[in-house]
Amino acid sequence: MRFERSHTRKAVALAVASSLVLLASACGGDDGETGGDSGSTGAAALEGKGPINFATGKDTSGNLTNQVAAWNSQHPDEKVTVTELPESADQQRAQMISNAQIKSDAFSVLNLDVVWTAEFAANRWITELPADQFPDLSKLLPSTLDTAKYRDKLYAVPVTSDGGLLYYRKDLLDKAGVQPPTTWEEMVAACAKVKALPEAKNIGCYAGQFEKYEGLTVNFSEAVNGAKGVVVGDDGKPNVDTPEALAGLTALVEGFKTGFIPKAAITYQEEPGRRAFQEGNLLFHRNWPYVYALANKTDGSSKIAGKFAVAPLPGLNGPGTSTLGGHNYAISEFTKNKATAAEFIKFMSSEERQKANVEKTSQAPTWASLYDDPALNKQFPYLAPLKASIETAKSRPKVVKYGDVTTAIQEAAYGALTGTTPPKDALATLQTKLSTLITQ
Amino acid sequence: MAVAEKAPKMIDVKAAEAPWWRRWLPLLGVAVIVIYCLAPFYWMVVSALRRPTDQFDNSIIPKVWSITNFTDVFKPGTGFGRALLNSLFVAGTVTILTLIVGMVAAYTLARLEFRFKNFVLAIIITTSMFPGISLVIPLKKLFSDIEWINTYQAMIVPSLSFALPLAVWNLTAFFRQMPRELEQAAMVDGCTPAQAFRKVILPLAAPGVFTTAIITFIAAWNEYLIALSMVNKKSIQTANVVITGFTGTSGRDQPFGSQMAAGVVVTIPLVIAVLIFQRRIVAGLTAGGVK
Amino acid sequence: MVSATAPVPTQEKGTKRHTSFNEGTGRLAALLLSPTLIVLVLVVVYPILSALRESLYTSGQRIDDSGFIIQGSEFVGLDNFSAIFSGETGDRFWNAFYNTTFFTVTCVVLETVLGVAMALVMHKAFKGRAVVRATILVPWAIPTVVSALLWKWIFQADGIANSVLGTQILWSTEGWQSVLSVIIADTWKTAPFIGLLVLAGLQTIPGEVYEAAKVDGASVWQTFVRITLPLVKPALLVAVLFRILDTLRLFDLPYVLVGPNKESVETLSILAFLEANQTRYGPAAAYATLLFVYVAVVAYVFVRVLGADVIGEAAQKKPKKNGNGKGRGRGQGEQDASKPTLLPGLTAGGGGGGA
Repeated sequence: MRFERSHTRKAVALAVASSLVLLASACGGDDGETGGDSGSTGAAALEGKGPINFATGKDTSGNLTNQVAAWNSQHPDEKVTVTELPESADQQRAQMISNAQIKSDAFSVLNLDVVWTAEFAANRWITELPADQFPDLSKLLPSTLDTAKYRDKLYAVPVTSDGGLLYYRKDLLDKAGVQPPTTWEEMVAACAKVKALPEAKNIGCYAGQFEKYEGLTVNFSEAVNGAKGVVVGDDGKPNVDTPEALAGLTALVEGFKTGFIPKAAITYQEEPGRRAFQEGNLLFHRNWPYVYALANKTDGSSKIAGKFAVAPLPGLNGPGTSTLGGHNYAISEFTKNKATAAEFIKFMSSEERQKANVEKTSQAPTWASLYDDPALNKQFPYLAPLKASIETAKSRPKVVKYGDVTTAIQEAAYGALTGTTPPKDALATLQTKLSTLITQ
Repeated sequence: MAVAEKAPKMIDVKAAEAPWWRRWLPLLGVAVIVIYCLAPFYWMVVSALRRPTDQFDNSIIPKVWSITNFTDVFKPGTGFGRALLNSLFVAGTVTILTLIVGMVAAYTLARLEFRFKNFVLAIIITTSMFPGISLVIPLKKLFSDIEWINTYQAMIVPSLSFALPLAVWNLTAFFRQMPRELEQAAMVDGCTPAQAFRKVILPLAAPGVFTTAIITFIAAWNEYLIALSMVNKKSIQTANVVITGFTGTSGRDQPFGSQMAAGVVVTIPLVIAVLIFQRRIVAGLTAGGVK
Repeated sequence: MVSATAPVPTQEKGTKRHTSFNEGTGRLAALLLSPTLIVLVLVVVYPILSALRESLYTSGQRIDDSGFIIQGSEFVGLDNFSAIFSGETGDRFWNAFYNTTFFTVTCVVLETVLGVAMALVMHKAFKGRAVVRATILVPWAIPTVVSALLWKWIFQADGIANSVLGTQILWSTEGWQSVLSVIIADTWKTAPFIGLLVLAGLQTIPGEVYEAAKVDGASVWQTFVRITLPLVKPALLVAVLFRILDTLRLFDLPYVLVGPNKESVETLSILAFLEANQTRYGPAAAYATLLFVYVAVVAYVFVRVLGADVIGEAAQKKPKKNGNGKGRGRGQGEQDASKPTLLPGLTAGGGGGGA
């Protein structure tokens, strides 16, 4: 009895002691440094040469392996290994963040979505780039360069861009004798005319991306900006509870109510929308440039190959404003070989690489002169409307806590589109929320 | 004798007398169950066997059969073949480790009497209650400090968090059912307790151990979150992670075709193993009969 | 000293040698259990304590004047917890709490009913029993991740579900459709398994019991309620308990099938995940702790109130009292009491490994 009891007591004491030790050790070094390597007054020169790792989502151009191989043969001491991150943008961000949290040097160059720049910069997960080490910045489209800056300091180099385009069925519009619309009302009228045609009786008029995810933020912003409203003003302060924004949002809400936008569109992300368009079930479709090459495929996957064309987005009463997308390459703060990383970024963002990628997939380059290249324009007729789209495009709010901001926007937009919340209330609530979130 | 030879064969009197529906109802029930279980699986297989361009065709039987999805899945770039091996290795190691450690613990809990036994059992069941996602972050921090990220042990060790409690429960119950007379008899014959365990108990406990092994293996094979968080190097990732990482041509789409094909490839070995061993599994369940 | 200290019941037969078993049992037990306990402490207790600690801190939320996040974590005590229960976050929390509870109750009830029905059918059907036993293990063998993708595929707006039903239900939108899709997907995977467990229990009930009941004039329903159910009850209870524990932590099905930020299906696990995603680790840990407490409380209630025989104590004590075959029915019933502890592992294995 004594034996047992004393042993139990010992065991319990041991357990308690070890938990305390664990707690204490966990309490230990959790405070990070408040100073960064590069002072806030100017970016330090990037140093360190050696092998690096490039963390990116899936390469859809098929060119990445060759390009990396080309680099590796030219720089045998500074080899690049590619780590392919999971497919979804959320998971890519989560992996990059968790690596940054543990200050790991596993990733050297990060392929960031444009909306992550502020968050990564403010958290000191990426290094400020000295502008003098990147001479070609002036050759890139200014709006894309803007997405790579945080508080006017350069943190990344834009390598691909994305702007919204209005895809439309040229064959049906021609048959109905209608010009491609430049305003929302023209679009509604055009659809009415097309629906009078016997073969297009049941066609859906318009769909964008309305599922509750980042694409909804993009579409909502486009609706608001197209009505000359803003989500976040140029002064950095939210101002979404305005008559203009209300007009833009109401147009979408009415679209759902009247059936102008098919009911199923509330579940659409990019791919289901593209499918609907390619099946011939949509007359107008808002989507990114990548759809162009896929919808033109003649292998039987697209029923509308050669029958569609692209135009800039229509706004409420005038030309519309697309929301800027794209990807930037940044240097992780925790990698040792920042100089190599910088060189690699310059290599990947150079004109020839971008040109090669345009030819393979209908992505939007950031190199301005590529849009004016006559040969490319002939091969890819979408380049001209795309350039117009990107040049006038607006970025999404550049906020450190972008995740919260986009959730709030999605909440408001989804509520209004599903009819759960009246548009005016949705905007008012959104304005309040954004004011608390965007306090700089 | 003679009467016995002439005795009619046993007939299911009840069934023969019953109205027609009582005879067929169970069979109908069986058919319903089979359809319930297999219909989604059928859809998975069929979706994998369509051409990628027909992916969204909803016909029950594909108009054009194609194994493109399967060949896509095994193309060199996807790393799926390697991922399958990784899954096998991780799940297998987890199972073996769990059995070794768990059997000792289970036998202890089943046979020995000590004061804090209930406390230990309670701890073991409580540790399996914590939400998995919250385990991952602290463990990832710990593992990065000891440089275990992108290693197999980073996936194996955390998997023990759900595998061990599971195995210990199962095995404890199993060992408990076995009469103590067995070990006592062995020890009368001169075995030490350890020898009694090895030579007498273990062979008899085989069905239970086997069942536990299968359960653990399938649970470990299923594991996703830990593998996703601890490893980002493709050559070490498990099949589950790689499947969800499949992208199609545009990087935005969900290539259901190849994901279903990969799903079939991942499932079929398990299904076959389960089918082969289903008698053992059910035997393990009903093994009160350690007579 | 040994016979006085060892708490082994002295009515055990064959007292000669078995005391060597129990000599120094405490120390021996500790030694033998140490590998298990060490592993569990490392992979579970450490994260639990770490999460508990994390829930008392906040980090990375404030921005200094030059636009950088202020590093380091700050002790905020129970602020994270009180923030969860107040204002809009409070509404969201209670909504998630309701969803989690609703899913658990509905799914487990459905699984159990369907499972028992399946077991009864399989028990009656003499032909085809092997085929059915094989097929019902198929849903269990499909990895959870693949199953979630499969059901997402089935429930697309233009997918096979709508096609077969002839409807145009938008399964991933807010409302009963999304809830139903999650319930269907979850039940599909787990009901057959409960069926198998109950079947195992049913198969140990000797035919004589049923015949005796028939002789006494019991109807089918009475037989089921008075004889079958009680004899199957121990097995069922523990299986149900483990399924409840698993479903309370439901994460991947609603997240994959319906999507994040959908109020109709948001569960507590999803809330914890979303907070962690926004690098708000303090609140995420707070949610996880609350969920853990909820799960533990439910388990405790289940064990105490319903007497789920999780620890298998009943098996240990009763056979000794009864000796040999007092009444086969009862003896068998008690034998059954020892089986249940095997079965939870199976149900837990089906659902627990995947999250």
